[in-house]
Amino acid sequence: MRPDILNHGYRPGTKLMFAMIRLFSGQPLPDAAKLTFYRSDFYGNPAKEFTHEALRGPSDWSVGDRELMAAYVAKLNQSAFCIGAHTATASLAYQDGPRVTAILDDPESASIDEPLRATLRLLAKLIRDGRVDADDVREVLAAGVSPQQVKDALAVCAAFNTTSRLADAFGFELLSPKGYEAGAKYLLKRGYR
Amino acid sequence: MPENDTADDAKRAAHRALVERILTGDGRASAEQRKRAFDDEGLVPPVSTLLGRITRTPVRIDEADLAVAGCSEDEVFELVICAAVGHSTRLYEAGLAALAEAITEEAPGHAS
Repeated sequence: MRPDILNHGYRPGTKLMFAMIRLFSGQPLPDAAKLTFYRSDFYGNPAKEFTHEALRGPSDWSVGDRELMAAYVAKLNQSAFCIGAHTATASLAYQDGPRVTAILDDPESASIDEPLRATLRLLAKLIRDGRVDADDVREVLAAGVSPQQVKDALAVCAAFNTTSRLADAFGFELLSPKGYEAGAKYLLKRGYR
Repeated sequence: MPENDTADDAKRAAHRALVERILTGDGRASAEQRKRAFDDEGLVPPVSTLLGRITRTPVRIDEADLAVAGCSEDEVFELVICAAVGHSTRLYEAGLAALAEAITEEAPGHAS
Protein backbone atom coordinates (compact mmCIF):
# COMPACT_ATOMS: atom_id res chain seq x y z
CA MET A 1 0.00 0.00 0.00
CA ARG A 2 1.52 3.29 -0.95
CA PRO A 3 0.92 6.85 0.23
CA ASP A 4 -1.09 8.87 -2.30
CA ILE A 5 1.84 11.28 -2.67
CA LEU A 6 3.67 8.51 -4.54
CA ASN A 7 0.78 8.29 -7.01
CA HIS A 8 -0.03 11.95 -7.49
CA GLY A 9 2.52 14.05 -5.64
CA TYR A 10 4.97 14.70 -8.46
CA ARG A 11 5.69 18.08 -10.03
CA PRO A 12 3.99 18.86 -13.37
CA GLY A 13 7.25 18.54 -15.30
CA THR A 14 7.92 15.16 -13.74
CA LYS A 15 4.40 13.96 -14.56
CA LEU A 16 4.93 15.05 -18.15
CA MET A 17 8.20 13.12 -18.28
CA PHE A 18 6.45 9.99 -16.97
CA ALA A 19 3.83 10.37 -19.71
CA MET A 20 6.48 10.84 -22.40
CA ILE A 21 8.37 7.75 -21.28
CA ARG A 22 5.17 5.73 -21.44
CA LEU A 23 4.35 7.13 -24.88
CA PHE A 24 7.73 6.48 -26.47
CA SER A 25 8.71 3.24 -24.73
CA GLY A 26 5.28 1.69 -24.63
CA GLN A 27 5.91 0.82 -20.99
CA PRO A 28 5.04 2.72 -17.82
CA LEU A 29 7.96 3.94 -15.76
CA PRO A 30 8.42 1.32 -13.02
CA ASP A 31 7.48 2.39 -9.50
CA ALA A 32 11.09 1.82 -8.41
CA ALA A 33 12.13 4.63 -10.74
CA LYS A 34 9.14 6.82 -9.88
CA LEU A 35 10.01 6.65 -6.18
CA THR A 36 13.36 8.28 -6.85
CA PHE A 37 11.64 11.29 -8.41
CA TYR A 38 9.48 12.06 -5.38
CA ARG A 39 11.33 14.73 -3.37
CA SER A 40 14.46 13.40 -5.02
CA ASP A 41 16.76 15.43 -2.82
CA PHE A 42 15.63 13.43 0.23
CA TYR A 43 16.10 9.86 -0.97
CA GLY A 44 16.17 9.44 -4.75
CA ASN A 45 19.38 11.26 -5.62
CA PRO A 46 21.65 9.87 -2.88
CA ALA A 47 20.08 6.41 -3.19
CA LYS A 48 20.68 6.29 -6.94
CA GLU A 49 24.30 7.32 -6.42
CA PHE A 50 24.90 4.56 -3.86
CA THR A 51 23.09 1.92 -5.91
CA HIS A 52 25.01 2.86 -9.04
CA GLU A 53 28.34 2.63 -7.19
CA ALA A 54 27.41 -0.76 -5.74
CA LEU A 55 26.07 -2.28 -8.98
CA ARG A 56 28.10 -0.50 -11.65
CA GLY A 57 31.18 0.88 -9.90
CA PRO A 58 34.58 -0.83 -10.25
CA SER A 59 34.56 -4.38 -8.87
CA ASP A 60 36.05 -7.79 -9.53
CA TRP A 61 32.46 -9.07 -9.61
CA SER A 62 30.86 -8.75 -13.03
CA VAL A 63 27.68 -6.71 -13.53
CA GLY A 64 25.84 -10.01 -14.01
CA ASP A 65 27.18 -11.34 -10.71
CA ARG A 66 26.05 -8.21 -8.87
CA GLU A 67 22.62 -8.21 -10.50
CA LEU A 68 22.32 -11.86 -9.48
CA MET A 69 23.18 -10.90 -5.89
CA ALA A 70 20.51 -8.18 -6.05
CA ALA A 71 17.95 -10.72 -7.28
CA TYR A 72 19.00 -13.14 -4.55
CA VAL A 73 18.61 -10.52 -1.82
CA ALA A 74 15.18 -9.72 -3.24
CA LYS A 75 14.30 -13.40 -3.19
CA LEU A 76 15.41 -13.75 0.42
CA ASN A 77 13.19 -10.78 1.25
CA GLN A 78 10.32 -12.25 -0.83
CA SER A 79 10.02 -9.01 -2.78
CA ALA A 80 8.20 -9.92 -5.99
CA PHE A 81 8.89 -6.66 -7.86
CA CYS A 82 12.64 -6.77 -7.21
CA ILE A 83 12.88 -10.49 -7.94
CA GLY A 84 11.33 -9.86 -11.35
CA ALA A 85 13.42 -6.79 -12.13
CA HIS A 86 16.81 -8.20 -11.17
CA THR A 87 16.21 -11.72 -12.41
CA ALA A 88 15.55 -10.12 -15.80
CA THR A 89 18.63 -7.91 -15.54
CA ALA A 90 20.95 -10.72 -14.41
CA SER A 91 19.56 -12.99 -17.13
CA LEU A 92 20.23 -10.37 -19.78
CA ALA A 93 23.71 -9.64 -18.42
CA TYR A 94 24.67 -13.32 -18.39
CA GLN A 95 22.67 -14.08 -21.55
CA ASP A 96 21.46 -17.14 -19.66
CA GLY A 97 18.07 -16.95 -18.01
CA PRO A 98 17.78 -20.66 -17.09
CA ARG A 99 21.07 -20.49 -15.20
CA VAL A 100 19.92 -17.47 -13.21
CA THR A 101 16.64 -19.17 -12.37
CA ALA A 102 18.48 -22.31 -11.25
CA ILE A 103 20.86 -20.35 -9.02
CA LEU A 104 18.02 -18.38 -7.41
CA ASP A 105 16.07 -21.58 -6.82
CA ASP A 106 18.96 -23.33 -5.09
CA PRO A 107 22.47 -21.87 -5.20
CA GLU A 108 23.82 -24.92 -3.37
CA SER A 109 23.02 -27.31 -6.21
CA ALA A 110 23.20 -24.97 -9.21
CA SER A 111 26.07 -24.83 -11.66
CA ILE A 112 27.97 -21.88 -10.24
CA ASP A 113 31.53 -20.91 -9.39
CA GLU A 114 32.40 -21.66 -5.78
CA PRO A 115 33.36 -18.05 -4.88
CA LEU A 116 29.93 -16.80 -5.97
CA ARG A 117 28.15 -19.68 -4.23
CA ALA A 118 30.00 -18.97 -0.97
CA THR A 119 29.17 -15.27 -1.25
CA LEU A 120 25.47 -15.93 -1.79
CA ARG A 121 25.58 -18.20 1.26
CA LEU A 122 27.04 -15.33 3.31
CA LEU A 123 24.38 -12.90 2.10
CA ALA A 124 21.65 -15.39 2.92
CA LYS A 125 22.87 -15.73 6.49
CA LEU A 126 23.20 -11.96 6.85
CA ILE A 127 19.65 -11.35 5.63
CA ARG A 128 18.09 -14.19 7.60
CA ASP A 129 19.97 -13.77 10.89
CA GLY A 130 20.82 -10.08 10.75
CA ARG A 131 24.44 -10.91 11.50
CA VAL A 132 27.45 -12.90 10.36
CA ASP A 133 30.68 -13.62 12.20
CA ALA A 134 34.33 -13.87 11.28
CA ASP A 135 34.09 -17.63 10.73
CA ASP A 136 31.35 -17.08 8.14
CA VAL A 137 33.57 -14.62 6.29
CA ARG A 138 36.60 -16.92 6.54
CA GLU A 139 34.66 -19.59 4.68
CA VAL A 140 34.03 -17.12 1.88
CA LEU A 141 37.67 -16.04 1.76
CA ALA A 142 38.73 -19.70 1.72
CA ALA A 143 36.54 -20.20 -1.35
CA GLY A 144 38.70 -17.72 -3.23
CA VAL A 145 36.80 -14.48 -2.68
CA SER A 146 38.97 -11.46 -2.00
CA PRO A 147 38.25 -9.14 0.95
CA GLN A 148 37.39 -6.41 -1.55
CA GLN A 149 34.85 -8.68 -3.24
CA VAL A 150 33.26 -9.35 0.15
CA LYS A 151 32.95 -5.59 0.67
CA ASP A 152 31.46 -5.15 -2.80
CA ALA A 153 28.90 -7.89 -2.19
CA LEU A 154 27.92 -6.32 1.13
CA ALA A 155 27.34 -3.00 -0.66
CA VAL A 156 25.01 -4.72 -3.15
CA CYS A 157 23.23 -6.37 -0.25
CA ALA A 158 22.76 -3.04 1.53
CA ALA A 159 21.42 -1.33 -1.58
CA PHE A 160 18.93 -4.07 -2.43
CA ASN A 161 17.85 -4.86 1.05
CA THR A 162 16.65 -1.25 1.14
CA THR A 163 15.09 -1.28 -2.30
CA SER A 164 13.27 -4.58 -1.82
CA ARG A 165 11.80 -3.48 1.51
CA LEU A 166 10.66 -0.18 0.04
CA ALA A 167 9.20 -2.01 -2.96
CA ASP A 168 6.88 -3.94 -0.69
CA ALA A 169 6.26 -1.15 1.82
CA PHE A 170 5.18 1.20 -0.97
CA GLY A 171 3.43 -1.46 -3.03
CA PHE A 172 5.42 -1.30 -6.26
CA GLU A 173 3.24 -2.57 -9.08
CA LEU A 174 4.51 -5.74 -10.75
CA LEU A 175 5.48 -5.43 -14.41
CA SER A 176 4.69 -7.57 -17.40
CA PRO A 177 7.52 -9.72 -18.79
CA LYS A 178 7.97 -7.06 -21.48
CA GLY A 179 8.16 -4.39 -18.80
CA TYR A 180 10.85 -6.25 -16.87
CA GLU A 181 12.76 -6.87 -20.10
CA ALA A 182 12.62 -3.18 -21.03
CA GLY A 183 13.78 -2.25 -17.53
CA ALA A 184 16.66 -4.73 -17.71
CA LYS A 185 17.85 -3.27 -21.01
CA TYR A 186 17.74 0.22 -19.55
CA LEU A 187 19.62 -0.77 -16.38
CA LEU A 188 22.36 -2.51 -18.35
CA LYS A 189 22.73 0.43 -20.70
CA ARG A 190 22.39 3.34 -18.28
CA GLY A 191 22.82 1.99 -14.77
CA TYR A 192 21.07 3.48 -11.77
CA ARG A 193 21.94 7.18 -11.89
CA MET B 1 46.11 3.00 -3.39
CA PRO B 2 44.86 0.03 -5.48
CA GLU B 3 41.93 0.83 -7.74
CA ASN B 4 39.51 -1.33 -5.77
CA ASP B 5 40.38 0.37 -2.48
CA THR B 6 39.37 3.61 -4.12
CA ALA B 7 36.21 1.96 -5.43
CA ASP B 8 35.39 0.72 -1.94
CA ASP B 9 35.78 4.25 -0.63
CA ALA B 10 33.34 5.45 -3.28
CA LYS B 11 30.76 2.85 -2.28
CA ARG B 12 31.10 3.57 1.42
CA ALA B 13 31.11 7.31 0.78
CA ALA B 14 27.94 7.08 -1.29
CA HIS B 15 26.27 5.05 1.44
CA ARG B 16 27.35 7.49 4.12
CA ALA B 17 26.03 10.39 2.03
CA LEU B 18 22.63 8.67 1.79
CA VAL B 19 22.51 8.06 5.53
CA GLU B 20 23.61 11.59 6.34
CA ARG B 21 21.02 13.10 4.01
CA ILE B 22 18.03 11.23 5.36
CA LEU B 23 19.05 11.74 8.98
CA THR B 24 20.40 15.26 9.11
CA GLY B 25 19.05 17.03 6.02
CA ASP B 26 15.77 18.90 5.74
CA GLY B 27 12.70 16.78 6.33
CA ARG B 28 9.04 16.90 7.28
CA ALA B 29 9.55 14.47 10.14
CA SER B 30 11.84 15.71 12.90
CA ALA B 31 15.47 14.66 12.85
CA GLU B 32 14.84 12.91 16.18
CA GLN B 33 11.99 10.85 14.72
CA ARG B 34 14.05 9.95 11.66
CA LYS B 35 16.95 8.81 13.85
CA ARG B 36 14.63 6.68 15.95
CA ALA B 37 13.15 5.12 12.80
CA PHE B 38 16.66 4.47 11.45
CA ASP B 39 17.77 2.86 14.73
CA ASP B 40 14.47 0.97 15.16
CA GLU B 41 14.19 2.04 18.75
CA GLY B 42 12.50 4.66 20.87
CA LEU B 43 9.33 4.98 18.79
CA VAL B 44 5.89 4.30 20.23
CA PRO B 45 2.72 2.87 18.60
CA PRO B 46 1.29 3.37 16.07
CA VAL B 47 4.46 4.57 14.34
CA SER B 48 6.53 1.74 15.84
CA THR B 49 3.93 -0.77 14.65
CA LEU B 50 4.16 0.53 11.09
CA LEU B 51 7.94 0.69 10.99
CA GLY B 52 8.34 -2.67 12.72
CA ARG B 53 6.85 -4.22 9.61
CA ILE B 54 9.57 -2.73 7.41
CA THR B 55 12.28 -4.78 9.06
CA ARG B 56 10.33 -8.04 8.90
CA THR B 57 10.28 -10.37 5.92
CA PRO B 58 8.13 -10.27 3.95
CA VAL B 59 7.21 -6.63 4.40
CA ARG B 60 3.44 -6.30 4.58
CA ILE B 61 1.81 -2.90 4.95
CA ASP B 62 -1.83 -2.08 4.34
CA GLU B 63 -3.91 1.08 4.21
CA ALA B 64 -4.60 0.97 7.92
CA ASP B 65 -0.89 0.89 8.67
CA LEU B 66 -0.32 4.00 6.62
CA ALA B 67 -3.15 5.88 8.26
CA VAL B 68 -0.85 6.54 11.17
CA ALA B 69 -2.40 9.01 13.55
CA GLY B 70 -0.54 12.29 13.67
CA CYS B 71 1.73 11.62 10.67
CA SER B 72 1.40 13.23 7.27
CA GLU B 73 2.08 11.13 4.18
CA ASP B 74 5.40 12.92 3.76
CA GLU B 75 6.39 12.03 7.30
CA VAL B 76 5.44 8.39 6.69
CA PHE B 77 7.45 8.47 3.43
CA GLU B 78 10.53 9.68 5.29
CA LEU B 79 10.19 7.39 8.29
CA VAL B 80 9.68 4.27 6.16
CA ILE B 81 12.81 5.16 4.17
CA CYS B 82 14.79 5.78 7.36
CA ALA B 83 13.67 2.41 8.76
CA ALA B 84 14.66 0.55 5.57
CA VAL B 85 18.02 2.30 5.20
CA GLY B 86 18.71 1.85 8.91
CA HIS B 87 18.05 -1.89 8.71
CA SER B 88 20.31 -2.19 5.67
CA THR B 89 23.02 -0.15 7.35
CA ARG B 90 23.09 -2.52 10.32
CA LEU B 91 23.52 -5.46 7.93
CA TYR B 92 26.26 -3.65 6.00
CA GLU B 93 28.16 -2.75 9.15
CA ALA B 94 27.76 -6.24 10.63
CA GLY B 95 29.24 -7.75 7.48
CA LEU B 96 32.12 -5.29 7.34
CA ALA B 97 32.90 -5.84 11.03
CA ALA B 98 33.00 -9.61 10.51
CA LEU B 99 35.29 -9.16 7.52
CA ALA B 100 37.60 -6.86 9.48
CA GLU B 101 37.84 -9.44 12.27
CA ALA B 102 38.49 -12.27 9.80
CA ILE B 103 41.23 -10.33 8.04
CA THR B 104 42.87 -9.19 11.26
CA GLU B 105 43.04 -12.70 12.65
CA GLU B 106 44.39 -14.03 9.34
CA ALA B 107 47.22 -11.51 9.50
CA PRO B 108 48.53 -11.71 13.10
CA GLY B 109 51.48 -9.50 12.29
CA HIS B 110 49.12 -6.58 11.79
CA ALA B 111 48.15 -4.34 14.65
CA SER B 112 44.65 -5.08 15.88
